[in-house]
Amino acid sequence: MDIINSYGFVLIVIAASVGFLMAWGIGANDVANAMGTSVGSKALTIKQAIFIAMIFEFAGAYLAGGEVTSTIRKGIIDSAYFVDTPELLVFGMISALFAAGIWLAFASYLGWPVSTTHSIIGAIVGFAAVGVSSDAVEWAKVGGIVGSWIITPAISGFIAYLIFQSAQKLIFDTDNPFESAKRYVPFYMAFAGFVMALVTIKKGLKHVGFNIPADQGYFIAIGIAVLVGIAGRLYIRRIKIDPAAKKEAQFANVEKVFAVLMIVTACCMAFAHGSNDVANAIGPLAAVVSIVESGGQIGAKSALAWWILPLGGIGIVAGLALFGHRVIKTIGNGITHLTPSRGFAAELAAASTVVIASGSGLPISTTQTLVGAVLGVGMARGIAAINLGVVRNIVVSWVVTLPAGAGLSIIFFFMIKGIFAP
Amino acid sequence: MPINSFLGVFAKSPLKPLEDHINLVHKCSQGLLPFFKAVYIQDWKVASELQHHISMLEKQADVIKRELRISLPTGIFMPIQRQDVLDLLTQQDKIANKAKDISGRILGRQLVIPDELHVPFMEYLKRCLDATNQAKKVINELDDLLETGFRGREVRLVEDMIERLDSIEDDTDVLQISLRRNLLALEKNLNPVDVMFLYNIIEWVGELADISERVGSRLELMLAN
Repeated sequence: MDIINSYGFVLIVIAASVGFLMAWGIGANDVANAMGTSVGSKALTIKQAIFIAMIFEFAGAYLAGGEVTSTIRKGIIDSAYFVDTPELLVFGMISALFAAGIWLAFASYLGWPVSTTHSIIGAIVGFAAVGVSSDAVEWAKVGGIVGSWIITPAISGFIAYLIFQSAQKLIFDTDNPFESAKRYVPFYMAFAGFVMALVTIKKGLKHVGFNIPADQGYFIAIGIAVLVGIAGRLYIRRIKIDPAAKKEAQFANVEKVFAVLMIVTACCMAFAHGSNDVANAIGPLAAVVSIVESGGQIGAKSALAWWILPLGGIGIVAGLALFGHRVIKTIGNGITHLTPSRGFAAELAAASTVVIASGSGLPISTTQTLVGAVLGVGMARGIAAINLGVVRNIVVSWVVTLPAGAGLSIIFFFMIKGIFAP
Repeated sequence: MPINSFLGVFAKSPLKPLEDHINLVHKCSQGLLPFFKAVYIQDWKVASELQHHISMLEKQADVIKRELRISLPTGIFMPIQRQDVLDLLTQQDKIANKAKDISGRILGRQLVIPDELHVPFMEYLKRCLDATNQAKKVINELDDLLETGFRGREVRLVEDMIERLDSIEDDTDVLQISLRRNLLALEKNLNPVDVMFLYNIIEWVGELADISERVGSRLELMLAN
């Protein structure tokens, strides 16, 4: 208790700085995965992608990031074990942030597409299980989270398959694909808007202080969806096609319509990424702040401190602003064989899966979901070539991340404990 | 700084190189038209330049072929079978090889085409080249086939194109028979060894159409998967 009372402010500052750095790292690096498909399929320029990412990452983090944050803050660890020694939980959360941050920096340096979510979960489980007691971990919850890592890519792949098939049926396999695209693409836009709006209203806003009754929430979400659809339709009408373009060039024109759709799904993706991944940076911070502010009380039903979600959001945006440009540029030059119609199916499926998972408080990996979605489109014979070797490496890097995050966080835990409580 | 990105998942598409390859192969076989015109007037200097051009295009096609083979390791997941892509590539490549062989053989022996055969032979050659042209068109539909997920209308469209390719090949068979008959009538007045080679050349030119047809049927098998 003494430690918390005497060093409370210092601990909050440390946790906030590390949390901010972590958010910054997520913005700088992870966002490449979220925006990569849009830039890679040439639907967005790099500037546009950064601009969209800044707005929607922040919106996602601020408006819908609360649920996952509270899972990371108090869902993984059984706080009963820390009632007498709340400082251990504070130390642990700070070391988890340090561990995840360093592991991410290391992995980025080597070019491994690891998941921020996996590193922070591994780190939290690590310090709690080894530093305190293996009973201090809510294994059932952790099991659920890890299970979701297997299930969500499968779900997102399945959704991507269905979306792609429906686009084939409604648009590509018709007499006049361009007209069909103009007719049906606004509906996909409305769907993306609906998912985003619904999760924000139902799960997100209460952390920001709004409470909207469930039935009204649906109406508002539908209203937003309709608005998005109409705006999309008006925008698409402005697309001009070469009247001289023959049948052969028609699919190129169809892709132009899909490129418009991709602007919406890119927003959705950035929103989803913000809502899910901001928690990786600020979940532990929120735990530290709530313990210190309550003077060592654990399990107090304190709300999320008002400044925490925006801090995470700003961290992500700052990372984007400084490094996002370079990162996205590199990937944008890399691929050319992804057309907007495929990118949209993968993005919309991944974003919906992530947004829904965020709403239910499950910390899942955005990258993982996106890989699942890409494989789903591939199954529908939509992508020219998928490198399964790379997929395997990505899966391996995810598995390695758990023990790596855990090991690092155990080391930091004992170091911090040694410094503050000799 | 290596980039933390999942986009390595997207491998290089084999379809574009396949199209590039057939376009080059087609250009290579088209080289036979000016080549034979030079042969008709027995301008061996020009003919040798044109032959050189054909063999240069054939080499370029070989480069694409090799690059595509290297870029298709076994861990690639594609909407079409990897083996089918490789087989298709092999067939396409044979067209260029055949064009090079034909021009090389003629030039090597300075083989003179008898005046009486000039018109029917040119007609026959053009029809065979129509077949390679049609094969080129079919392969260039691969882009659109991918767009439509290898099903539906686009597949039927390609199947129609392949059917047309088959009928062109049938035409070349008819032309070949009549060309052989013409040659038979002239045989007595010609050098026997030259006659042997003329039959040979007629056969090889026909193979241009045969192989083109095989390219089409390979693609048909791919679509059936």
